[in-house]
Amino acid sequence: MGIRFILMVNKQGQTRLAQYYEWLTLEERRALEGEIVRKCLARNEQQCSFVEHRNYKIVYRRYASLFFLVGVDNDENELAILEFIHLLVETMDRHFGNVCELDIMFHLEKAHFMLEEMVMNGSVVETSKANILSPIQLMEKAS
Amino acid sequence: MHGMRGLSVFISEIRNCQNKEQERLRVDKELGNVRNRFKNEKVLTPYDKKKYVWKMLYIYMLGYDVDFGHMEAVSLISAPKYPEKQVGYIATSCLLNENHDFLRLAINTVRNDIIGRNETFQCLALTMVGNIGGRDFAESLAPDVQKLLLSSSCRPLVRKKAALCLLRLYRKNPDIVNVDGWADRMSQLLDERDLGVLTSSMSLLVALVSNNHEAYWSCLPKCVKTLERLARNQDIPQEYTYYGIPSPWLQVKTMRALQYFPTIEDPHTRRTLFEVLQRILMGTDVVKNVNKNNASHAVLFEALALVMHLDAEKEMMSQCVALLGKFIAVREPNIRYLGLENMTRMLMVTDVQEIIKRHQAQIITSLKDPDVSIRRRALDLLYGMCDVTNAKDIVEELLQYLSSADFTMREELSLKAAILAEKFAPDLSWYVDVILQLIDKAGDFISDDIWFRVVQFVTNNDDLQPYAAAKVKEYLDKSAVHETMVKVSAYILGEYSHLLARRPGCSPKEIFNLLHEKLPTVSTTTIPILLSAYAKILMHTQPPDQELQSQIWAIFNKYESCIDAEIQQRAVEYLALCQKGAALMDILAEMPKFPERKSSLIKRAEYSEADTAEQSAIKLRAQQQTSNALVVTDQHSANGATSPVPVGQLSLVKVPSMITTENDTSSDHTLSQQNGALSNVDPQPPSADLLSDILGPLAIEGPPDATVQSENNAASGLEGGSDAIDGSAIVPVEEQTNTVQPIGNIAERFHALCLKDSGVLYEDPYIQVGIKAEWRGHHGRLVLFLGNKNTAPLVSVQAIILPPAHLKMELSLVPDTIPPRAQVQCPLEVVNLRPSRDVAVLDFSYKFGTNMVNVKLRLPAVLNKFLQPIQVSAEEFFPQWRSFSGPPLKLQEVIRGIRPMPLPEMANLLNSFRIMICPGLDPNPNNLVASTTFYSDSKPAMLCLVRIETDPADRTQLRMTLASGDPTLTFELKEFIKEQLISIPTAPRAPAPAAAPPAAQPTPQIPPNDPAAILAGLLS
Repeated sequence: MGIRFILMVNKQGQTRLAQYYEWLTLEERRALEGEIVRKCLARNEQQCSFVEHRNYKIVYRRYASLFFLVGVDNDENELAILEFIHLLVETMDRHFGNVCELDIMFHLEKAHFMLEEMVMNGSVVETSKANILSPIQLMEKAS
Repeated sequence: MHGMRGLSVFISEIRNCQNKEQERLRVDKELGNVRNRFKNEKVLTPYDKKKYVWKMLYIYMLGYDVDFGHMEAVSLISAPKYPEKQVGYIATSCLLNENHDFLRLAINTVRNDIIGRNETFQCLALTMVGNIGGRDFAESLAPDVQKLLLSSSCRPLVRKKAALCLLRLYRKNPDIVNVDGWADRMSQLLDERDLGVLTSSMSLLVALVSNNHEAYWSCLPKCVKTLERLARNQDIPQEYTYYGIPSPWLQVKTMRALQYFPTIEDPHTRRTLFEVLQRILMGTDVVKNVNKNNASHAVLFEALALVMHLDAEKEMMSQCVALLGKFIAVREPNIRYLGLENMTRMLMVTDVQEIIKRHQAQIITSLKDPDVSIRRRALDLLYGMCDVTNAKDIVEELLQYLSSADFTMREELSLKAAILAEKFAPDLSWYVDVILQLIDKAGDFISDDIWFRVVQFVTNNDDLQPYAAAKVKEYLDKSAVHETMVKVSAYILGEYSHLLARRPGCSPKEIFNLLHEKLPTVSTTTIPILLSAYAKILMHTQPPDQELQSQIWAIFNKYESCIDAEIQQRAVEYLALCQKGAALMDILAEMPKFPERKSSLIKRAEYSEADTAEQSAIKLRAQQQTSNALVVTDQHSANGATSPVPVGQLSLVKVPSMITTENDTSSDHTLSQQNGALSNVDPQPPSADLLSDILGPLAIEGPPDATVQSENNAASGLEGGSDAIDGSAIVPVEEQTNTVQPIGNIAERFHALCLKDSGVLYEDPYIQVGIKAEWRGHHGRLVLFLGNKNTAPLVSVQAIILPPAHLKMELSLVPDTIPPRAQVQCPLEVVNLRPSRDVAVLDFSYKFGTNMVNVKLRLPAVLNKFLQPIQVSAEEFFPQWRSFSGPPLKLQEVIRGIRPMPLPEMANLLNSFRIMICPGLDPNPNNLVASTTFYSDSKPAMLCLVRIETDPADRTQLRMTLASGDPTLTFELKEFIKEQLISIPTAPRAPAPAAAPPAAQPTPQIPPNDPAAILAGLLS
């Protein structure tokens, strides 16, 4: 299936966005997020961007105060996911301009719309920033 | 989209909360508010609804339960305007799962959106169905979605979503979504120019091909063409190049699809592909820009995987190894990690071990990397590349690393070191050294099997005996000695210390003193071993030493009245034997050589012969090299037959108790079929997913054939009788002539494992899944042993744990492939959070040839594993019993329908569940009183008290009273015991505990101050 979940968590460990592509109960999510955040946030810059956890591999990347954590299957191409994170950030950057944690926090819905355009059911749908952003732009024009 | 001021205000209020408690209060307040608003729905504008639904989503994301408003979210789907509709679709995807009833209500609206003319609506609907669409959606929408995907009038933005929507529907319900004849259409789709559509279609192709590559041969040249187009950057729009690289994601996906075809026969296609791959291998340079570098290496690693898969020409393969060798030495941690990971994969696929060995020093350096992710990869690789030529170096590195390794890795490390030591020992004294060092450095992680194994080797090799005795003595001289070391030392010194008698410091008296000073520090399980050692030392002391004799006899005397039955028995027997004089010599003579017993049992188990899947994960080739010192053991076999069983069979993980279950194999087999536990393949093969969709983790609770036939039966299956509960599912996905049948009864194996800690969980002609567990308080360490019984690899191996809410479970990495005749071991950590009878399920699947096998297996991490028996005296019992005054802490129930059994048997049963019978507390000989302690993460150990009153006239009913300090625990334990008494599993014959069943002794007259009499008063 590829991507199992995408999390955005700040360095205090607060979740800013969570999107799952497999059904987990709320308790499972809480437990999983707690464990992953504890593991990943404790790591430093000299360590690699991959963490093995349960049956997942976590590919993560840090941008200022925000961590992007993507849970994938064990046989997924790690670097492709790592750059997919960057593509997501660049796309948000193009839309918000100098995107920061607060943009994502207060425009949760837009962050969701972008993700919806990029990933479906754990697979990558679209990698062209223009195509990803066009529905949002249409919507903004309309309102 | 602008505005939603209320939402922003709420979010910033949450942000300003000082602590979690404040946040919770604010969230509760908001939930109350939203709930009230939804009650007067009529006055809500669509804008309000949208706002509240986003608040709900935000709260849900923070980890709070939102148990209302689902209807409102779903109803927004039918809103006429885009913004509301969009929220409706997104919220539905986030909050609901595919089995939610509300989803059905929306099917019509969703279908109208999909077949309608509005592109944006089509996209929303396809995305939602693609994310959570289940069976109902597949039934009613699959043809429409297929049509959209192929429609020439449809724009790419709709078609790309249709492709992934179809992918989900197909994956979830391959029996409903008909893909016959899709090869041509897929091939046509791959001609697509739009890269968005092509990206999605490629994902769809991967799913289709992984299931049945035969049907999609025609797509292979198209994939190669796509890859060529991308690699040569022909006709790629700027928007799809990423740092100058044509969509790295599509390149990776395309090469992934190619890895599902076994070979490429067409020479032209093959040549084109190899040219492209060669370009990628040679043309990828390290560049300064991180993103560009990552993207190009993502493509490179996928190309490496494809080359390995195709098992290309020698030259290309050695290029790959050279590249990987370069990668594992670079500074960049990501590349180093991936280098190690891919080298391990390479080990599995092709014959490059010798080249990889040249990098051993570098890999060992990575074992000391500050990054645990990299250390793990290095450990895996070292383990995989170990053989007789380098075992000494590698194992010694592992031992050295063990002292500094972090806690989480120690168990895996010690197990791997032990396996490698046994498998590749150049000589036996080295093997003994390694295991003793392991016990010394990581005693907590060394299971009994490992030291049993050392004892076996020592017993069977006369030359080794004085060496081992001298060695263990050295360890005992150290200040801190692990208990396992005491055990193994006591055994070996008892048997063989007389061989050292002439050495300084090794007189019987000195050996005895050395052992005896450890006695106060050890637990009751070790004391009997020490007593045996004393008896043996005494026997070997010639001429007899009066002083030593009286010292040892005094010890036996002391333990003659020990409360522990095993210790008591040892003491009494040895004391009696000592008085027998000369006969003592015969009875306490040296233990005979013993491994043959095991091999013959293995041979008896027909399926398992010669490949009981007991070998470590090393290639067959390596296995054949084991003609080293370890083979010596087989030569001692009693019957003198040259055993065809490879030495690896006598693995340290083989536990004798496993074998006993196999005697029942033949009868179990038919039994399980009668239970309906096995579903034969219907003309329309059901999918494994289907089961999990309908029943989730409950799948094993109902007879699977019922659940497969129709959803409606699911409920009745759950309510089925006790037979049904014992059922277990095995559902092959593909249609095939020979169904994979499990060997033995899965349910019985499970029940047996509920009572013991190691044994076989599942077995079929291809694989054996063994389990070994250690329980300490609320912690459990299980190791799954996946053993491939064939000469071909098992692929697509997946093990997923579906833990119940009360258990925290963490399964270590399960490799995708199990090499021929190899065994891999996957540790599983369990933490018990709360009392509950729910059972964890292992969803296990693998592929052998064209057989896809999927089984859902209950894991024996059951309530009683977290119990510790405790003997409670009358003085402790009564105040406790009194303090639990009534429900919900103390519950009483009259239970009917008990399987009649004599009282001692019931006592044994309770004892075997670690609920300890307290003899003599209850004056009525027909009653049982028992106690135990329950361990969980959330609370300190809890005392539980049980009283069972039986009716001698009617053995089918009894009254049970259960008390503890936690209402849930009281209830769960009561129900647990009830289940055990009502339907006694047939398999486990609970080993009779040594203690005499208490209730069997009549208690005729009770003195007035007898605590039991007081108890009787209290209880009635």
